[in-house]
Formats: sequence, structure tokens, C-alpha cells
Amino acid sequence: MAKAEQNPSDDQEVMKGTSAVAKGVMAANPDVVSAYPITPQTGVVEKLSELVADGQLDSEFIKVDSEFNAASTCIGASAAGARAFSATSSQGLKLMSEPLFTAAGMRLPIVMAVANRSLSAPLSIWADHTDAFAERDGGMMQFHAEDVQEAIDHVLMGFRVAEQVNLPVLSNFDGFILTHVQEPADIPTEEEVNEFLPPRDPEYTLDPSDPKTMGAFARPEHWTEARYEIQRAMEDSKDVWAKTTEEFKEVFGRDYTEYNGMLETYHGDADYRLVALGSMCGTIRKVIDEYRAEGVDVGLVRPRVHRPFPTEELREALGDAEAVGVLTKEMSPGYESALAGEIKGTLYHAENQPPIKSFVVGMAGRDVTASDIGAMIEETMEASHPMAFDEQESWPQLREELLADGGD
Amino acid sequence: MSSDLQDQDFTDEVEHDEELWNPGHRACAGCGPALAMKYITEAAGENTIISQPTGCMEVVSTPYPESSWGTSYIHNIFENGASVASGIEAAYKSFDRRDPDHLDVEDSEDLNIIAVGGDGATADIGIRALSGMMERGHDVLYIMYDNEAYMNTGVQRSSQTPFGASTTTSPAGQESIGNDTNKKDMTSIAADHGVEYVATASISNPHDFKQKVEKALEIDGPKFLHVYSPCPVGWSYESSKTVELAELAVETGLFPVFEMEDGEITSVNQIRDRKPVREWLELQGRFKHLFDGEEPSEEAIEELQAWIDERAEDLGLDA
Repeated sequence: MAKAEQNPSDDQEVMKGTSAVAKGVMAANPDVVSAYPITPQTGVVEKLSELVADGQLDSEFIKVDSEFNAASTCIGASAAGARAFSATSSQGLKLMSEPLFTAAGMRLPIVMAVANRSLSAPLSIWADHTDAFAERDGGMMQFHAEDVQEAIDHVLMGFRVAEQVNLPVLSNFDGFILTHVQEPADIPTEEEVNEFLPPRDPEYTLDPSDPKTMGAFARPEHWTEARYEIQRAMEDSKDVWAKTTEEFKEVFGRDYTEYNGMLETYHGDADYRLVALGSMCGTIRKVIDEYRAEGVDVGLVRPRVHRPFPTEELREALGDAEAVGVLTKEMSPGYESALAGEIKGTLYHAENQPPIKSFVVGMAGRDVTASDIGAMIEETMEASHPMAFDEQESWPQLREELLADGGD
Repeated sequence: MSSDLQDQDFTDEVEHDEELWNPGHRACAGCGPALAMKYITEAAGENTIISQPTGCMEVVSTPYPESSWGTSYIHNIFENGASVASGIEAAYKSFDRRDPDHLDVEDSEDLNIIAVGGDGATADIGIRALSGMMERGHDVLYIMYDNEAYMNTGVQRSSQTPFGASTTTSPAGQESIGNDTNKKDMTSIAADHGVEYVATASISNPHDFKQKVEKALEIDGPKFLHVYSPCPVGWSYESSKTVELAELAVETGLFPVFEMEDGEITSVNQIRDRKPVREWLELQGRFKHLFDGEEPSEEAIEELQAWIDERAEDLGLDA
């Protein structure tokens, strides 16, 4: 599917990514939206506030004092039984981190659109995935969109799955690359969304006519089980997500069902397979076309879902590759990139373990060009077992002349 | 290893009788804040949702799978009691306006949403959440129960700890008379946010405190109450003297009891023959070092007395 070549159909509108996501949120008709600005997310909450001001959306719109309290007000609203939404990026997601972990522990469905951006320091407003990965272990489901359409659709599917498994969702889409792009997209109507997404029907709320205590503290006798329930809910969410993508396809016609909705592939049975998240996959497809035209059998496996981790699907999608190249916009200082490490861990008990090279690229908005991708394909083709630790991962875009030692 | 109690199934319906703050909680003997919880629930009644940040009252009341609360109750984290309450209030506004039949909830007109936090959770780490809640005008009553330090973690100094108190992070010593700041004025902070009704109360006068809770709950929008609640463990006094110490704090003017409406002081519980603060200090172990007869200690007592006198004059506290 060559997405970039689509022409806008009659049903499509061309608008900024953040506005398109906001319109999708409007169609989901949340009870409560908590809003705080941060670049590059701001457009989402700006657009939502505009829709409220124009009477098109009648959510309670809380203009909070911080992302910390954006998450906290969503927690209160969700506990009361409301459908709650917020959006953030980078430092804002960091500030939400403490309450978001508890939203998972208290099993409160909240959907957050995360316009991915690097974490300080140095300060930067541009895209990478260090913000999303820093929240990896909190118990939030995480999706990564490749284009604006997916950014809209993941939010809608996010509500559907979150409200069934009672977990919060981080719906990631790359800052600037997707937030500020003008792309044709189908904006779901409220009628369509009503068919797909029923009103929230929570099992427990704070309704005072049936008093409940929420957020009790757990001693060692109970804590493990409470957190294990998150693990189980994540496992359960895989089936729910797979069904959700099927239902979504029936209502909207857009097909995200490949590999149970967890992965999307492009020449997925190729000898050499790249793995990447989010928007850079558009460029990767183009480069793959060029290399395939030259007779190189290379393809792409793109995880749509990062939590729950698509373990079985990745084993199937990568197990028989000659070699795998993981292109990732995050790092784990002191080890290797988290995505590469997770993929290796996933394949450890699989039948085959293809050699895996990882590449840290596109950090803080550095463009990942076609020639960068070509070089990484070629390096992946040379990968073989065994590898020394310092051969496993490379930083192909590193400008060595800027390093403190001048690269010596 | 787990006890029989922990193996018991508490998940069935529990009969709350008429109590909304039930016995069996783990508060210490003579706990002032536990009395405050009793009075708050008595005044607010059943149709109430409590949001409580982390702290003594949360920990003593909700060890899973037990709960002392007969009202709906939520604890999230230390610094967001006010914003969790804000979110609850927003949810109910949405239900009322958009879909009153969707959830089987009481009419939010009669619903009381109350956030109840300790002094650290309110005046220190939670002040951002509180400020936002008050500034945005949520229909929430915020009650700060003040025991003048971080008691849950072992008596560390907060911005409500009085001058001269020895705590585990403001210990008295060769070079220290204990805590070196006066209590942060939370009522002025609340009033300056435009909060319509702001008041102080002491657990030594339950009738007055409960009346203020009831009065506050009649008002739409944010309300702020500061309730004085001594802690026998943190202050180091005999647990039978909690009410006495709370009353003495009022009688010395260390804790003035008053109401503010629309930013103006509208009532002050005036005191005839205000007692010297020394009488209150000498009953508590946390001020023991101030009675060593040394010069710096005398000066510290005088400094605290001067701060009290100045506030008393501002408030017209003396009858």
C-alpha cells in the first residue's frame, strides 16, 4: 500500500494532523477533556477548545495548570465513570508519568494522544520516541501511528479497547512529522463512531448511592496480584485489540487487521527485514521499492502496537529472515535501544534467531533520509552471528566532529 | 505469611449502618485528624465523594481489602487530591448536562465532592493541584487537616510546622532552635484565588467545624477549610490531651478561628484574655528544647509570640 500516493477522495479532508486527531476525538464524544499546551501536541487541545467554543463539542473542557493535573483530572473523571481524553508530548508526558502509572494500577481507561518528542536535555521540541519509551513499563497500552489517518483511528480504537480492558492508552504519533503535516484523511462522523464505539459502561464508579473505595493501599499480601492483573489485562487486550481492528474495518473500511492488528508488513517475507515504528516507515517503503527494483529482497515489519508487545506476531514475522535491521528513534543509555533489545528477547526462544542490527536514528527530529535508509539496509545485509556488543548497534547519523573529543 | 484477617473475604457488601467513618481504622490513640474525618462525614452525609491524597488518614483508613469509608472514596497520589476531585466534578457536570440517565448516579446538585488532605499534601506538594482547582472554580470543598508536619513518614517539617518545633528534618540542636519558619497562610492563599468561602476550625469545637462544612457545601464553586488536628505522636504529648491542645492553640491565638467570605474576614472567634503561647508549647515534647533556659530558646519563644500577636491584631482576635 503506497499511502503517500493516495489522492484525497470525496470523503477525505485535508487538514493539519493535530486538527484531524481532535476531530476524531470529537467523534468519540468524551465527557471530559483536560488540556494543557506543549509543543508539538498543542494543536490537538487548541482544536478541541475551538470545537467546544463553537458548540460542536460539549465535553467538559478543563483548562488545567499542568500535564500533571491533566492526567490527574482524567483519573478523577474516569473513576467517576466518564470517558476522558488528554494529549501531551515529551516533558509533559514525563510530568504525567506518576499519575499515569496509577491509572493503570487502578484500572482506569483514559486515552492520551502523545505527539512524540525528544526528552530534555538538551531541550528540543522535535520528534523521537524517547518520551513514549520512558513510559514503557507503566501499564499503559501504546500504539504508534504511521500517518495522520492512523493517528485518528488509533485514538478511536484506543477508546474501544481501553474501556473493555480497563487500561490507559498512549496513542503515539510523531511530533511535527505527523502533527503539523497536512494530509488527506477520513474524519469519522459521530454516526460512524456511535456504531463502532458504544458509550462507556464501567463496572465500578464513585457513584455515592453505591459507595466504593478506590485506590486502597496494598500490603505485600496483595500488591503482586494487583500488578499481575495489569499483566493479565495486557495479555487479554491482544484479543480485544484484534477484534477491535476487525470491527473497525467493518464500520470504516480501513484495514488494520494484519497480524491481529499488531503489525503491518511490506514485503514481509523478504530475506532482509527492517523494523521501525511510526512515520519514518513511509520513507522506508520508498527505499525498499528502489532496492527491490535492483533485486535486493528487503521488506518492512512495522509494529503498530508496542504495548502489549507483539511477541508471537514478531516471532512469525521475523523468525525466518536472513537478517533484521531495527531502525529506532530511542535509546537506553548504558545498554542498547529498548526496541532492539525487546525484539531480540522475543526471538530468543523462537525456532530461529536471525542476526539483528540496530540503528539509532532520527533522534530529536534529525531527518532519516533515503540514503540513510539505504546504508542501513546494506549494513543489515552483512549482519551475521556472532556479534560483539559494540557491533550490535550503531548510530549512523552521528556527527563525530561535534563530540567533545572531536570524534577521536 | 498472611493472617486470618487478610484471608477473609471482605468483598461482599459491608453494612455501614449510619456511620460514614467507621471504627477499625488504624489511627493512633488520640489522633486529631481521625476526629476531623468523623466530623466531616457526619456533616456531609451519604451523598458524598471523598478524594484524599496520600497521608495518614488515607493509610489508616484503606488497607486493602478494608475501608473505613461509608461514602464513595478515592485515593490516587500524594499531590493531586484537588485535581482528582476536579475531574470527578467535571465528570458529574458532563453526566448531568449530556446524559443524566447513562449512569445511575445521584443528581449532582446535591452531590458533595470533598477533597481532604493533610498539610503536606495540601500546602506543599499538592499546592499546584489546589491552586488549579480553586482558580478554575470547581464545585469542590477542599479541607486541609493540619497536624503541622509529615506524620505519615515520621514527623518531617512542612510549611505548616510552627516556629521552634523540633521535627526529624528541623531538629533542635547546638545550632538550631528547631523549625525556623512560621506557618504558611493557606487561608489568604485560598481567598486570593477568589474562593468565596474560606474558614478555619479546630477539632476542639466539633459543632463549629461541622457547621462550617455544612455552610461550605451549600456554596457552588470552590471552598477551602483549614482544620486544626493535633498529632500526639508527632507533637509528643499524652494521647488523652488532643482536644485540650487543639483548644489551647485556639486560646493562645496560635491557631485563630475565623471565616472569610469573598476575600473579607466576616467572623472571628474572639478570645478573652488570650493566653501566652508558652502555655501551649510546654505541653509538647517537640518544643521541650525551648525550655532549657538558654538565651536563643527564650528569643525563639518571643519570636513565635510576636508572630501570633501580629496576626491577632490583624484579625481583631482579642475580645
